[in-house]
Amino acid sequence: MKEQLQKDFDNIVKNLNLSQKDIEIKQFYLDNFINKGFPNKREEDWKFSDLNQIIKKDIGELSFYSDYTYTNKVDTSVFVDGLEHNKLVFINGRIEKIDFDYEQKDKIEIIDQSESINKLDNNSLSDLNNAFTNKSFKILVKDGYQLAKPLIIYHTTNSKIWSKNINLRLEFELDKNSSLRLIDLFNDTSEKNFLNIFYNFDLKENSVLKNYKVDKLENKNIKYSFNNIEQDKDSISETFILSAGSNFFKNEINCNLNGKYSSAFVNGIFSLNDNKHHEIRTIINHLTENTKSYQLIKSVLENSSKAAYQGKIYVNSEAQKTDGYQLSKAILLNKESEFNAKPELEIYADDVKCSHGSASGNLNEDSIFYLMSRGLNYQQSRELLINGFLLDVVEKITDSEIKNLIKNLIGIKE
Amino acid sequence: MRIEYKMDNRQKEIENLKDYKYGFSTDIENTKAPKGLNEDVIKFISNIKKEPQWMLEFRLKAFERFKQLKEPDWQKPKYPKIDYQDLYYYSAPKSMKDKPKNLDELDPKLLETYKKLGIPLQEQARLNGIAVDAVFDSVSVATTFREELSKLGIIFCPISEAIQNHPELVKKYLGSVIPTTDHFFATLNSAVFTDGSFAYIPEGVRCPMELSTYFRINASNTGQFERTLIVADKGSYVSYLEGCTAPMRDENQLHAANVELIALDDAEIKYSTVQNWYPGDKDGKGGIYNFVTKRGLCKGKNSKISWTQVETGSAITWKYPSCILKGDNSVGEFYSIAITNNHQKADTGTKMIHLGKNTKSKIISKGISAGFSDMTYRGLVDISSKASNSNNYTQCDSLLMGNKCGAHTVPYIKNKNSESNIAHEATTSKISEEQLHYCQQRGLNAEEAVGLIVNGFCKEVLQQLPMEFAVEAQKLVGISLEGSVG
Repeated sequence: MKEQLQKDFDNIVKNLNLSQKDIEIKQFYLDNFINKGFPNKREEDWKFSDLNQIIKKDIGELSFYSDYTYTNKVDTSVFVDGLEHNKLVFINGRIEKIDFDYEQKDKIEIIDQSESINKLDNNSLSDLNNAFTNKSFKILVKDGYQLAKPLIIYHTTNSKIWSKNINLRLEFELDKNSSLRLIDLFNDTSEKNFLNIFYNFDLKENSVLKNYKVDKLENKNIKYSFNNIEQDKDSISETFILSAGSNFFKNEINCNLNGKYSSAFVNGIFSLNDNKHHEIRTIINHLTENTKSYQLIKSVLENSSKAAYQGKIYVNSEAQKTDGYQLSKAILLNKESEFNAKPELEIYADDVKCSHGSASGNLNEDSIFYLMSRGLNYQQSRELLINGFLLDVVEKITDSEIKNLIKNLIGIKE
Repeated sequence: MRIEYKMDNRQKEIENLKDYKYGFSTDIENTKAPKGLNEDVIKFISNIKKEPQWMLEFRLKAFERFKQLKEPDWQKPKYPKIDYQDLYYYSAPKSMKDKPKNLDELDPKLLETYKKLGIPLQEQARLNGIAVDAVFDSVSVATTFREELSKLGIIFCPISEAIQNHPELVKKYLGSVIPTTDHFFATLNSAVFTDGSFAYIPEGVRCPMELSTYFRINASNTGQFERTLIVADKGSYVSYLEGCTAPMRDENQLHAANVELIALDDAEIKYSTVQNWYPGDKDGKGGIYNFVTKRGLCKGKNSKISWTQVETGSAITWKYPSCILKGDNSVGEFYSIAITNNHQKADTGTKMIHLGKNTKSKIISKGISAGFSDMTYRGLVDISSKASNSNNYTQCDSLLMGNKCGAHTVPYIKNKNSESNIAHEATTSKISEEQLHYCQQRGLNAEEAVGLIVNGFCKEVLQQLPMEFAVEAQKLVGISLEGSVG
């Protein structure tokens, strides 16, 4: 893999107009990645999902070269109907379209940040991302502006790519009193690619971020998405993850509550079948007084699917009056399915209220019996119970338009 | 009441040892193995114990493996590197060289030591009804009530004696739960263990009294590596207590014991520990490193193993008493109170490994941290794909006193069987002002109020202890937290 990496890297660099210094920086990260390789289960954070093995098994040889010189045609049929929205379209990792038609132009700034480097020293995947990302943007929402319509980021891949590694990076800055609703929508018709996505959010005072990640369409890709959220005073972040379609998907949320009265909400659904293997890992760092976090993760696992949830609440010694809560629940529908959890508390302050809970097991037979005795058949009762179980999480979505969109996607009727 | 009486009696002695009343050391002549860890030392230990060849081979095999292992470093409490060549691996009171036949021949200094500790070795103290095996540094110095137990066929003796007298049992079970190929400290123990207790409860016998081991580290610069092996044959029951203390010394001492429990069909083992090793002084100097491997195997159907621990001592506690639930319908339980104060650190919890069908486990863990201490609950619940219809319930509560200490919960939960349920709950909080106010309003001072509330917080676990221990443990809880309020 080592020679392949270097060769692909040289090919990419050749096509870009980079200064010597930039090439050196990229080379530095490439060397880092070559040293470390893909994360494996010997690393504590990857204990439940051995990415190295998964890539070997599902993809085999990865190619890191992508030709970004030609443009892809934007297929408008994938756009979401019935919801007016701004668009940002990635096709096979290339940004094809950015449009903020519904917004005041002077309130949003799009800054080309291709030269900058992602400072997050997270794992070897951030090194990989730094070495190969060739175009990256920062979206700045200016002071006091609240976007009229949500922004949907389409991550589309098609059959033009195969066994490729795609690296993306985006940065968002929400200035004081601003707000943004964001949906990450994955549309894949490709197979056996590895997407490596890094987002960075910077939330200034009193700003609101609503971030929804929807991976619903069946596909055979492997995905990793890392989200870093920095929160200033009074800011709110809400993250919702629907983890269902890909062969493997690991979502990581790292949230730093730096300002007083900031709060973070993370809700997630795993709805998996076949041999899928998904993971959500969250780290909420309570770094100052009076911060709040709430996490709810529910899983429904069929066939030989596997879900893992690693959630950590960290409270440092200054963060008195912290309120942290975390709950993960899983229904295992098949003998072969598996649910692993590591809910973690690390607390250094005494005046706090922190708790977590985790439960996993089968559907409650008594409840099924109850419903069947009222005339539903087995299948209907089962569906009703599962829908109810998942609806709990969907109801946490605070934006009603998007809530309805997601309900339709999952197929939950009220 | 016994304990309270003893406490008055010792008042004078302990006046200058207010914080840790077992901190005295006994001036006694020792036989020591040469310093360091090598094959010769292992042969020396084996030789002095007149062990058969197979035992020596067991040790050497473990040592071979040990040489390839690296010291683990994933634990939360970090400690300065231990120089394993700078330790004595064997230390025994000289007077033990020719083993005394009965207690009358025992060195009076030893008897005095145990009397000070409140452990009655003389059998006139039989009212207590506890059979004690006392381990002093590397050797077992006395085992009481042996005759009475042997009438029932129960074997309760130092493990070195069991190796001589019951080789078939020891050979069969030693290393069957903690093999010589286990982790770093367990393997070290397999290579150099010096003594410990052995108990065998024959089929269908309900052990009429509590069996107990009392560990004391006396010599300085000595690691204590004892090995306990308890086998409960079909349909038997035994309750086992373990207590530990050590003198106050400035340097850190290593205690790496192995405890193996084996429960066959329908058998039940209840293992209780009150660990009160010297925790170091107020500034975190000295104290014991308690790196113990405890593991129980529910080998037979309907067997049950229950661990109860009260951890108040040691500079660093690092242990996970575990249950392997292999037999169908077997039950594993873990009740724990861990208290850290000043600069103490603890990383403790349990592992419940469900292999058999209809297996059940329950974990209740209460952690209290005060001062500058750090406490971690780390646990594993693993329900394998074959363990149908199994259940686990886990509850971990942590109490924090002050903002210089830490409380952490790191549970690993693995469910590979859809017919099995796992439930886990954890909370972290502090003692509420309302509760304190209520107690103080009724005439308790702040410290008493905290003691009362903490005892209530721990009640679920304290209830599990045998009566004799419960009283002591309750007091210990109070003492450990002294000076942490206000």
